[in-house]
Amino acid sequence: MQRSTRKKAVQGVAFSFLWIGAIITIVVLLVIVGYILYQGVPGLSWEFLTQSPKAGGKEGGILPMLVNTIFLVIASLAIAIPVGVLSAVFLAEYAKQGRIVRLIRSAAENLAGIPSIIFGLFGFIFFGKILGLGWSLLNGALTAAIVVLPTIMRTSEEALLAVPQSYREGSLSLGATRWQTVTRVVLPAASPGILAGLMLSMGRIVGETAALIFTLGSADRIAQSLMDSARPLSVHLYILAHEGISTPKAFSTATVLIILVLILNLTAAFLVSRANKNRKTKG
Amino acid sequence: MENAVKISVKNLNLYYGDLQALKEVNIEISENSVTALIGPSGCGKSTFLKTLNRMNDLIPNTKITGEVLLDGNDIYAGDCDVIELRKNIGMVFQKPNPFPMSVFDNVAYGPRVHGERNKRALQETVERSLKAAALWDEVKDRLSKPALGLSGGQQQRLCIARVLAVQPEVVLMDEPTSSLDPISTGKIEDLMDELKKKYTIIIVTHNMQQAARISERTAFFLLGDLIEEGDTIDIFKTPRDKRTEDYITGRFG
Ligand SMILES: Nc1ncnc2c1ncn2[C@@H]1O[C@H](COP(=O)(O)OP(=O)(O)OP(=O)(O)O)[C@@H](O)[C@H]1O
Ligand SMILES: [Mg+2]
Repeated sequence: MQRSTRKKAVQGVAFSFLWIGAIITIVVLLVIVGYILYQGVPGLSWEFLTQSPKAGGKEGGILPMLVNTIFLVIASLAIAIPVGVLSAVFLAEYAKQGRIVRLIRSAAENLAGIPSIIFGLFGFIFFGKILGLGWSLLNGALTAAIVVLPTIMRTSEEALLAVPQSYREGSLSLGATRWQTVTRVVLPAASPGILAGLMLSMGRIVGETAALIFTLGSADRIAQSLMDSARPLSVHLYILAHEGISTPKAFSTATVLIILVLILNLTAAFLVSRANKNRKTKG
Repeated sequence: MENAVKISVKNLNLYYGDLQALKEVNIEISENSVTALIGPSGCGKSTFLKTLNRMNDLIPNTKITGEVLLDGNDIYAGDCDVIELRKNIGMVFQKPNPFPMSVFDNVAYGPRVHGERNKRALQETVERSLKAAALWDEVKDRLSKPALGLSGGQQQRLCIARVLAVQPEVVLMDEPTSSLDPISTGKIEDLMDELKKKYTIIIVTHNMQQAARISERTAFFLLGDLIEEGDTIDIFKTPRDKRTEDYITGRFG
């Protein structure tokens, strides 16, 4: 009797801590997002989204940065998707599970833990100076690709490993080759999970700043080629705030950034839940 | 019973690492017949089945000695084309495993990976295979619907149709009815009678009545040994080995 009441008390305390933790997280999120929206939404307008900045961003809009951000996302994913997904396919479907695979996996994990400013420095020196790319869309895209590569690899590999072995057996037993099995059965079955990883990576690229300041540069025009310096939204926000150009414009830029990232993350969450649901009905 | 020998297994041994799962197995399987493999759990029935279409290639650390001859050609010889082999020897698994795609695409999968592009030809193959698997009437109006929406029994017949679509000569079935209700089981058993006219069938089953009902030949495995093999009637009526008798009368296992 006494013991069970004590157990209950312990459980009650544990639960209230969990609740407090959850509530704090949500409150902090709401306060930050709410505050930025409160400050930033009044400055949002059609003109803000469709005009070029004037007077270094004090006046005008963010169109070039918006476009540059989209360019950056496309260019870096064009590099990171083939590399990341193919390495995941290699690790999950082809490689003998052993020392080397574990080594590659832990290398990718460590890569994920490196602060992005380090990648920025690396891109600045290696791509920028040694390979002569300077401040350019290409340099930024290469650097951003490295930043998101571990995420893409990990999520793709997990999605591949979650595909039931019975699909592979079914395909191979019909006389399909390994490659046919991967491309026609396994990858389609894993695609919601892979896509979710890509969405998260897009969010990461959109929000990335430290790795881009050194590599992408800060020209506030729409990039005309891969070799053009191109300021993305995140760097614009940094410059507006850091150089004290315009606090309202900074908040409005932040609002656009938050909305973009939010959309991408919600899409990712939706894809993950759909993938999970599929898996359950399959199992 | 006087059919030609389709598969001939000679002194077959299989090791999973240190564990010997098959010991000196010798058996001949004749064309257009149903052979039932019986034996207690873990005796090597599935393992034996997988040696016949080399699905054990997928399992690391397996070692095989001996010979498996299909129409006289050793399937473990260096020049054996595994793709061609698996096309000739189809397999139906214990748990139905349709792909997460439409009913049509499931059946068309095999012909497509083997290079068939022609739409008409594919449609014909799909219809013929589904009819042969006694599923056509139930799915002809939902060919473009996801296969995962079919019932378990329908899914298993779909998997049979998927195998038939590549026109194999031999069909291996590993407890194909173990997860099905009696009605679906009955349908698949009827199907087997039909299929053996064109195919050579080897089926693993834990159900003695099923083995007696559908097979001409029965092979009894115990701990990796092939204890006894012969006409099903003889195995069930007058088993030569005491262990076979004990097993089929339910005295152990
Ligand atoms: N992939 C594997 N790796 C190692 N050992 C295995 C593997 N597959 C099977 N075995 C072992 O080989 C032996 C035979 O297994 P097998 O699956 O062929 O038995 P089975 O007769 O099909 O049994 P069941 O009736 O339960 O399906 C068992 O001892 C099993 O533990
Ligand atoms: Mg088995």
